[in-house]
Amino acid sequence: MTNLTHLTIEQALKGLEKKDFTAVELTQAHIDAMEKFRSLNAYIVETPEIALKQAAESDKRRAGGKAGLIDGIPLGIKDLFCTQGVQTTAASKILEGFKPEYESTVTSNLFRDGAVMLGKTNLDEFAMGSSNTTSAFGNVINPWKRKNDNTDLVPGGSSGGSSAAVAARICMGATGTDTGGSIRQPAAFCGIAGIKPTYGRCSRWGVVAFASSLDQAGPFARTVKDNALLLRSMAGYDPKDSTSADRPVPDYAAAMTGNIKGLKIGVPKEYRVEGMPAEIEKMWQQGIDWLKSAGAEIVDVSLPHTKYALPVYYIIAPAEASSNLARYDGVRYGKRVTGENLKDMYQKTRAQGFGEEVRRRILVGTYVLSAGYYDAYYIKAQRVRRLIYNDFMSAFEKCDVLLTPTAPSAAFAIGENEDDPVKMYLNDVFTVTGNLAGLPGLALPAGLDSQGLPLGLQLLGRPWGEETLFNVAGVIEKAANFTALPASVQKAA
Amino acid sequence: MTYQIQGEQGTWEVVIGMEVHAQVIAESKLFSGAAASFGAEPNSQVSLVDAAMPGMLPVLNEYCVEQAIRTGLGLNAKINKTSVFERKNYFYPDLPQGYQISQFLHPIVGKGEIEIDLPDGTTKTIGITRLHLEQDAGKSVHDQHPTKSYVDLNRSGCALMEIVSEPDIRSPDEATAYLSKLRMILRYLDTCDGNMEEGSMRADVNISVRKPGAGYGTRCEVKNVNSLKAVQQAIEYEAQRQVEIIEGGGKIDQETRLWDPAKGETRSMRSKEEAHDYRYFPDPDLLPLHLADSWIERVRETLPELPDQKKHRFMKDFGLSAYDANVLIAERARADYFEIVAKGRDGKMAANWVLNELLGALNKDGKSITDSVIAAGQLGALIDLISDNTISGKIAKDVFAEMYKSGKDPAEIVEEKGLKQVTDTGAIEKIVDEVIAENPDNVAAYRSGKDKLFGFFVGQVMKKSQGKANPNIINELLKKKLSL
Repeated sequence: MTNLTHLTIEQALKGLEKKDFTAVELTQAHIDAMEKFRSLNAYIVETPEIALKQAAESDKRRAGGKAGLIDGIPLGIKDLFCTQGVQTTAASKILEGFKPEYESTVTSNLFRDGAVMLGKTNLDEFAMGSSNTTSAFGNVINPWKRKNDNTDLVPGGSSGGSSAAVAARICMGATGTDTGGSIRQPAAFCGIAGIKPTYGRCSRWGVVAFASSLDQAGPFARTVKDNALLLRSMAGYDPKDSTSADRPVPDYAAAMTGNIKGLKIGVPKEYRVEGMPAEIEKMWQQGIDWLKSAGAEIVDVSLPHTKYALPVYYIIAPAEASSNLARYDGVRYGKRVTGENLKDMYQKTRAQGFGEEVRRRILVGTYVLSAGYYDAYYIKAQRVRRLIYNDFMSAFEKCDVLLTPTAPSAAFAIGENEDDPVKMYLNDVFTVTGNLAGLPGLALPAGLDSQGLPLGLQLLGRPWGEETLFNVAGVIEKAANFTALPASVQKAA
Repeated sequence: MTYQIQGEQGTWEVVIGMEVHAQVIAESKLFSGAAASFGAEPNSQVSLVDAAMPGMLPVLNEYCVEQAIRTGLGLNAKINKTSVFERKNYFYPDLPQGYQISQFLHPIVGKGEIEIDLPDGTTKTIGITRLHLEQDAGKSVHDQHPTKSYVDLNRSGCALMEIVSEPDIRSPDEATAYLSKLRMILRYLDTCDGNMEEGSMRADVNISVRKPGAGYGTRCEVKNVNSLKAVQQAIEYEAQRQVEIIEGGGKIDQETRLWDPAKGETRSMRSKEEAHDYRYFPDPDLLPLHLADSWIERVRETLPELPDQKKHRFMKDFGLSAYDANVLIAERARADYFEIVAKGRDGKMAANWVLNELLGALNKDGKSITDSVIAAGQLGALIDLISDNTISGKIAKDVFAEMYKSGKDPAEIVEEKGLKQVTDTGAIEKIVDEVIAENPDNVAAYRSGKDKLFGFFVGQVMKKSQGKANPNIINELLKKKLSL
């Protein structure tokens, strides 16, 4: 039998259909691999019993000819998605031990189509971070290492557990959420693909909220097509989320025709930021060349308000977070630290329950919403957000898709960017714009840098332009032929 | 009728604005499907959204929006086609989300007005500033345990309408007239039951004082004013307090004060400095609310006749006095009852029976018109029996008393008890002849000029006929026979 954990979802579905192996076997292989890679700390909670039970049910469905779209595929679920009866923490002490009585819409949709849950993956606390070093359950370690260097690297964040797990072959795909790049940047750092769909494409119901107007769920997988398969199951209108869109979900994989002749690819000049490594610049140019030779037309475009995107993001996201996180007060569920009176209980509970980065963002958010500062910060940020959106709309009059690097660097070492929060925030410089404008963004691996670390490219599309993104990404994927594996994964194979 | 406070340094005028919180009549809550009814076991009507569980999202209840539109139309107010739900952030155990979803800069209803009826018979127009929708909080219970507080989230998330008036009110009487009229309108519209005792309608009163003609003074907001009487007393007390402070050389602090009904005084709750910074911002979980004209028009078509319209119609169509019309329209059920009774009958007569007999009897028993065992149709049938001379007005009162006891139809009672009026002239003439024969002395006295004895003869004839003889025929016959 081939190494089951190294299959793509597409291959695994074929194997299951041909009865080469069962869903139980496929799941067991992953459970075994999870044990081997436990040191990565990719999972907060492993759920092998649930996984094997779901896999057995999947085998039964398939035998009865009733297999769903992704029946029997073992996935990691970011621990921001509420899962019925399974601890859901958002990687925060304040929710330690919290077991929801409900299942998020996205995971319900995945289970409806036959997915198997291997466990809850680690993340930055409340999805706030770009390195997965703010989790109350410890750092996640990237399976990739620099050449001849054993230093532990970050997997990116906030969905670092999901990206590390997919890269380490300890799940075939995973769910993520992306508020400012939390799917795309870790996908780039871990050498896999991920997509943040258009705002409103996946229901936010049952996803622990960070910044409601930016949060959007999406998948991780090792290939573009696998992402297309997963997104089709995750997406859909949900009347329980007033911001979800009532429009049909296309067959994304079917859109991957490989034909991009005449398609216009925009290259935004403002994304050539100062201090960006030459290797990333080179990779970007390589991507442009691949698309050109596939018949696409390259167009230079300008997104003049790009330089304001980070400050705007770091006003709006904390503002919404400061309010969204008010419910963690120790009164009804989660952690409670008793105090001398009500105020004391609130203060102690929240001081001990939230980590430093979450507290910092709550403070920033509270400040920008305060009387006397609201107009200068929040209102102004909302206005600039509109300008950023307008930038994209003008650009999309000239092109169909934008091509950019995913992140300004490859994966860095744990602790490397921690002295200065602003430096850490720079990781999101290419990705936050997509969230602010609500656009779909897809990240995929394009090659390795000189240190042997994966670098990613990002495609940004028009609202509801996911099909075009998948099609273009498929072309890059084919040209890049990214087959490198982290050394530890290669050894285990 | 000007209300003035006589201070030591002249007269003062009081300026009042009201903020009324009215619980919306709806099956479910403003943003969740949990039931919104009263009196259930604590925490038995709490959805995951109401308890603010992680990842839960609000979904706007369309019916509550319709109720707000209906109320806005009933207040002659502008309906804003775009409104925005915002978050009002503060921590309290009965506020699970840590914020209340409310409307701030863009309320669903804008300026309107209502006409109030004052005790001296005059009317006055009070401006409405706005009406907005918001979530109610839960209830904290502090008196069940020496060291613990309990929280009941049944009310958490129920829809409230906050209705804000302009500072157009100038006396305690106007304030109560405003509340009464507002309550009447809400009840007519069926958008709020208006029960101040149960807290489904609550008023905060903004009070300031000034010398007549001067600009507005600094106001205090008085909370916990839970009855019309409390409104009256709180205004009187608070206005007096402010006058005394100003005349004593002091200055009014803008603050929130609490009305203590036991002590009959207001006291400071929190000052402006202690006021919360609510950090309002548009709720990113909810899109701005856009109302289609067609929807507003559809709601407008379902509007019932409102109290003022009804009052004027009653006066015009039924010839009623303003007073009688006011009493009849005070409750929609009462007005509806009256209309059934009055339909095709003499309006004044119908009003008399409803007001004097039926409401009189019900009031005595502490009941309202909806408790009446006499259906409106039955009361109408009783009036018909008088009109067609089946019974006299006097007998009708006995029949009414019996109807009030048994709920039986008037015709049935008349039949059973043989109360049918005798209109057979021959039969009555026979009794008249008997009475004249039996009372020769009185007949002589009458004929010699003692006109007042006529009543005696009528009484005797009535008595002999057991009240059933038609009084007109008695009169006619007696006059004829006695004058012979």
